[in-house]
Amino acid sequence: MNKKIMLGNEAIARGAYEAGVKVSSAYPGTPSTEISEILAKYGEVYAEWAPNEKVAVEVAAGAAIAGVRSLACMKHVGLNVASDPIYTLAYTGINGGFVVVVADDPGIASSQNEQDTRMIARSAHLPVLEPSTSQEAKDFVKFGYEISEKYDTPVILRTTTKLSHSQSVVEMQDRVVPEDKAYERNVSKYVMMPAGAIGRHKVVEARDNKLAEDSCNFAVNKWEKGDNKLGFITSGIAYQYVKEVCPEASVLKLGMVNPLPKKLIEEFVSSVEEVIVFEELEPVIEEQVKSWGLKVKGKELFTKQGEYSASMLKSALFGATDLPYEKAAVPNRPPILCPGCPHRSVFSVLNKLKIHASGDIGCYTLGAVAPLNVLDTCICMGASISALHGMEKAKGKEFLKNWVAVIGDSTFLHTGINSLINMVYNKATGTVIILDNRTTGMTGHQEHAATGKTLKGEQTYAINFTELCKTIGVKNVYEIDAFDVKGLEQAIKQSANGNELCVIIAKAPCALLKGQVFPYKCKVDKESCKKCGMCLKIGCPAITKMADGTVQINQTMCNGCGLCQSYCKFGAIKKVEI
Amino acid sequence: MNIMVVGVGGQGTLLTSRIIGYVAMQAGYEVKISEVHGMAQRGGSVVTYVRYGKNVYEPVVEEGQADILIAFERLEALRYAHYLKKDGKIIVNDCRIDPMTVVIGAAQYPESVIENLSLNHVVYSIDGDKAVSELGNPKVLNTVVLGLAAKHIGFSQEEWIDVISKTVPQKTIGINVAAFKNGYQNN
Repeated sequence: MNKKIMLGNEAIARGAYEAGVKVSSAYPGTPSTEISEILAKYGEVYAEWAPNEKVAVEVAAGAAIAGVRSLACMKHVGLNVASDPIYTLAYTGINGGFVVVVADDPGIASSQNEQDTRMIARSAHLPVLEPSTSQEAKDFVKFGYEISEKYDTPVILRTTTKLSHSQSVVEMQDRVVPEDKAYERNVSKYVMMPAGAIGRHKVVEARDNKLAEDSCNFAVNKWEKGDNKLGFITSGIAYQYVKEVCPEASVLKLGMVNPLPKKLIEEFVSSVEEVIVFEELEPVIEEQVKSWGLKVKGKELFTKQGEYSASMLKSALFGATDLPYEKAAVPNRPPILCPGCPHRSVFSVLNKLKIHASGDIGCYTLGAVAPLNVLDTCICMGASISALHGMEKAKGKEFLKNWVAVIGDSTFLHTGINSLINMVYNKATGTVIILDNRTTGMTGHQEHAATGKTLKGEQTYAINFTELCKTIGVKNVYEIDAFDVKGLEQAIKQSANGNELCVIIAKAPCALLKGQVFPYKCKVDKESCKKCGMCLKIGCPAITKMADGTVQINQTMCNGCGLCQSYCKFGAIKKVEI
Repeated sequence: MNIMVVGVGGQGTLLTSRIIGYVAMQAGYEVKISEVHGMAQRGGSVVTYVRYGKNVYEPVVEEGQADILIAFERLEALRYAHYLKKDGKIIVNDCRIDPMTVVIGAAQYPESVIENLSLNHVVYSIDGDKAVSELGNPKVLNTVVLGLAAKHIGFSQEEWIDVISKTVPQKTIGINVAAFKNGYQNN
């Protein structure tokens, strides 16, 4: 037997591989990123990074319509971007099987909200599978392709952070590739004009009803018979907490959470005295079950927020238990920009010039916190540029004098370009800074359309931001080394005082990027240090203030970027070659 | 067995918990490991969990349940000490990394952390920075600390070295094994 401990995401990739998937497209997003990275290692699978999730779903849909099994992966907020094709693909159906993996982030470990994918899936009328272990993650992907093809529908596989980023044992099997389906022109099915769409809506409703009936017999919906006093309806990682706390209870473990197996649930509820619906985030199962007139408990006992745990279930059922030790009062350690991060350099200039930044999604969102304090907004991918434009239209050019938009290279390619076109078109005068660190940083260094490499590691054309911006009509485009603080200061001042739209591309690779060499370390000459604290204002974690007021630079952490040196007026910090 | 590996993002908590998990799996246990990715990794407080036994459901260790807490930094040991069971052990790398809240003067780094932890817990500490400077590679800090922890977790030295050799990059097997032994002997 071929067994391996696998991350939930690795198991999903393995499942897609075993199911014979031929085409995969995705945009990175925690907690879904590793699926594509791992899938790309299988030579038989074509896997790519798309600029955004909408493109990814459309690519995978094209592959499915052409007749092969295809995959698209994203985080929960990526599904918002991909909603446009998703809602309509529910109407067209597929040809080759099509699974969309969506990873939710209850507890908001690395996201901007904690929306529940099951809500979107319900309104889009798409079946949703939800695994509880890495083994199930693999098995459910394969089952997803079966029902996708049997019921002619895209299928969503929903995971959560705890499933995607937990590891457990998985048994591997061989890859079996089904025969490619023939492509046949079918206008009423694939061309969604009103006449065709009206007809397909009927198909969607019939399919929903059929699935609700058939899923009562799906093996993924498992009735674990136990105590007839207390029963749970649960799914996903929440199932594990139920087993941990109430191993004797009756459990209806739903592997398919949309549509719900109504008859099976009715039967289960009538067989147990008290039924609790235990589901993270929204009461999706609970509200439907209650609407059928069944008596169950759910959000009366549990919150809609954050991640669940065994102990929260335990204290809801049996009351809080005493812990052997009390929690110590300790200073918080929030995430921060790394030593040598080029974003810090740009933010240090914005901070010095007292400029507000309309922010975006990426590591640089950390520019909002002390001591940099420059980011004022962060909404979603691409919003930095459009929101800045809205501010100008609301309050006029003067208001924008001390504002810029900041957006990462990958985020700019994701959904920033449209916003910049809007600025050009509608005569904006603002300043946009593209923080170009040559990678998709926060999700762990993925290639994108401007890095010159594909997900498979092949060389490709690298989009040139300067040329792109000029082509869409931005007249003032400056490329500056992100660590050139004087050059940045000058360019920002100049563009803030000008009357034309300006793009500054602040370039320097991410400090964690593979292959980065740091030939220097920064060191403090204690005698010359005047204890002014200027170097502490840049918020570098390698710099510590000592008891006597002088500073020390941790030599293990320092990457020798020299930003602290730029801010030391007394020449007390030296860059030393190593 | 419930083990937590805590530290500051970038210190190698993730690889350490994977090695522990694989050793337990090879010994025939059911294993679950839970990790932290994304923004939380960026220099923040990170925590990973390893649970193994006959049956394991929940992938995380909760307050009052840890048998062993492995901390790569003092303050992080203090932050998670209440996760320990009565008589649970702390393995701590005796080093200080100031969180940004301390750097900017919004909070104080607590004094005498290890002494205070020792009042209520069984604590084994190691000067990991000194060990890695002797070994000549700062990147094996996590393996030195794992070496010290391994003795308290159980399994044989050979089982650990076998898994380490299969887990770390080929080029670094020698230095990692040396680092493990350094920590293992430091008891």
